[in-house]
Amino acid sequence: MIELQEVRKVFHAGRPNEQVAVAGVSLTLEAGKLTVFRGPSGSGKTTLLSLIGCMARPTSGRIFLKGREITSLPVRFLTDLRRRTFGFIFQQFHLLAGVSVLENVMLPAYPLGEKYRHLRARALGWLERLGLLSKAGAKAEWLSGGEAQRVAIARALINDPDILIADEPTAHLDTRLSREFMALMADFRAAGTTILIASHDPLVHEAPAVDRVVDLRDGRLLTPEAPG
Amino acid sequence: MGPLFAKQRYLLDFALSCLWRRRGKNLALLTVYTLVVFAVASVMFFTQALKREAALVLGATPELLVQKLTLGRHDLIPADYTHRIREIRGVGQVTGRLWGYYYDPQVRANYTVLAPQGVEVPERTVLVGAGIARVRHLTRGATLTFQGYDGKPYSFQVRGVLSPESELLSADLILMSAADLRRLFGLPEGLYTDLTVAVANPREVSTVAAKIQELYPDTRPIVREEIRRTYEAAFDWRAGILLAVLSGALLAFLIFAWDKAAGLSAEERREIGLLKALGWDTAEVLQLKFWEGAVVSLTAFFLGTVGACLHVFVAPAPLFAPVIKGWSILYPRFRLTPFISLFDLGILFFFTVVPYTVATIVPVWRAASMDPDQVMRS
Ligand SMILES: Nc1ncnc2c1ncn2[C@@H]1O[C@H](COP(=O)(O)OP(=O)(O)OP(=O)(O)O)[C@@H](O)[C@H]1O
Ligand SMILES: [Mg+2]
Repeated sequence: MIELQEVRKVFHAGRPNEQVAVAGVSLTLEAGKLTVFRGPSGSGKTTLLSLIGCMARPTSGRIFLKGREITSLPVRFLTDLRRRTFGFIFQQFHLLAGVSVLENVMLPAYPLGEKYRHLRARALGWLERLGLLSKAGAKAEWLSGGEAQRVAIARALINDPDILIADEPTAHLDTRLSREFMALMADFRAAGTTILIASHDPLVHEAPAVDRVVDLRDGRLLTPEAPG
Repeated sequence: MGPLFAKQRYLLDFALSCLWRRRGKNLALLTVYTLVVFAVASVMFFTQALKREAALVLGATPELLVQKLTLGRHDLIPADYTHRIREIRGVGQVTGRLWGYYYDPQVRANYTVLAPQGVEVPERTVLVGAGIARVRHLTRGATLTFQGYDGKPYSFQVRGVLSPESELLSADLILMSAADLRRLFGLPEGLYTDLTVAVANPREVSTVAAKIQELYPDTRPIVREEIRRTYEAAFDWRAGILLAVLSGALLAFLIFAWDKAAGLSAEERREIGLLKALGWDTAEVLQLKFWEGAVVSLTAFFLGTVGACLHVFVAPAPLFAPVIKGWSILYPRFRLTPFISLFDLGILFFFTVVPYTVATIVPVWRAASMDPDQVMRS
């Protein structure tokens, strides 16, 4: 479903501070599975997720999504693909302060211009499912860490993505909340969503729902996949 | 409701909630902005309205006026000058006019006293301008007494108060019959204040003027077109002083706007990055910021313009009047006829709304064209 061929990402190429973040990764990820990327700090996990999620383009190599090559798509198509296909959960949650929880959740859907009634119903649906209905009108900055993350999850889900990407999702959560998060991911996986998580956290790697752990080091796979 | 429209509505709604989020800052900005528009619009409306009043004054002025000069000063003109002027080719009617100034020590103001042509004013009666009626509390039927050239009192009955479209024109005017005027000022028959010369073809006016000058070297022909230019120059000059002062304010505002916009706060830049990371296009972020800028600048433009209208046309421009008018004590209460040129409004719009919007958009555009992956590492 997602296929990477010899993907490289070099920052500041050709300059003294050149930084090879991803150094030739070939990888096939199956649809509907939960994959965890593991590796030391600076091994390229975040960079790899941003490449898969169409946030940035690889320096070289190709990425296929459902058989379609996305590396060479024009920006407009890439943006469109990104917002219809991916949902992102950032490490810092990145909710917009001063704006209500409901509005935060609906934010990624605004450019699509669907009927307000439908959008609102869907956003409230997700908030209810995540136990946050009573907070819909609250300002984002009033939330606790666990609540803020669940809002971020609802926001990631608002455009019904096929693929959910989470970068260090448990970094700001205690053990109980981390377990709850993984349980939630298990639910989404069961519902058919493809899930990609980058994490240091053993609690994540060892969660029962995890299908596969991919180890990274210095921008490479620790154990390269057999070709084909 | 098409999706494109729906999308812009979402963006506008969200822009409003973003503005509300930073209401302190945005209200301060809106206030400064509104004041600048208010000030510039006030000057503009004011000079425009005055110019129009001047045009009305001039509309009532004849095409060609002839004054007699003695020692280089305006003197009374003998009636027999009319005969030879009438014989010049292209000249129609030549009429002697009777008018002068009367100083009223009671209100310390000069009135313009005129014996009108075409309007019959019965002897011993006058028609008075609204300004005079106001300061002397005159109504129809009242008695107005002047001191004549000989020191004796001359009484007139007020037949009515003039109320033509332009008060500037008639505020200080007193109309009386020619005979009364001669009596009051002790002016002998056969002398006029000046002559008006009707010229059928406007293009011959300057030729006729030159011929009169040749015929009577002791006269000065005055062409209306020249007066118009003098008036306009005077108004423009006064308005120019105000605008020079105001352009300082405008400049300060532009710098302020630029600084506000160019120095996107780290927080704002982070939010733009976040929107992009959430799947917003660069264009969509720009549209959002455009709406924000448009809401602020249109509101300021609207409030400032309406404020200026009230200031200039309803509250007789208390802030500017002393600078631009300031020629008579009869005018302090006079009200300008509302007159706004769409062209000027367009200019004002262009110089306030456009620079602000551009100043808001440009830095956002720079911030919004970055790759969205930056958000993943902050
Ligand atoms: N924009 C950038 N410019 C320069 N270097 C970068 C940039 N982004 C990432 N890097 C470098 O690329 C390498 C990989 O970074 P990345 O963030 O992908 O690692 P990571 O595995 O996510 O690390 P962590 O576990 O600390 O989050 C690092 O050495 C980092 O310094
Ligand atoms: Mg990382």
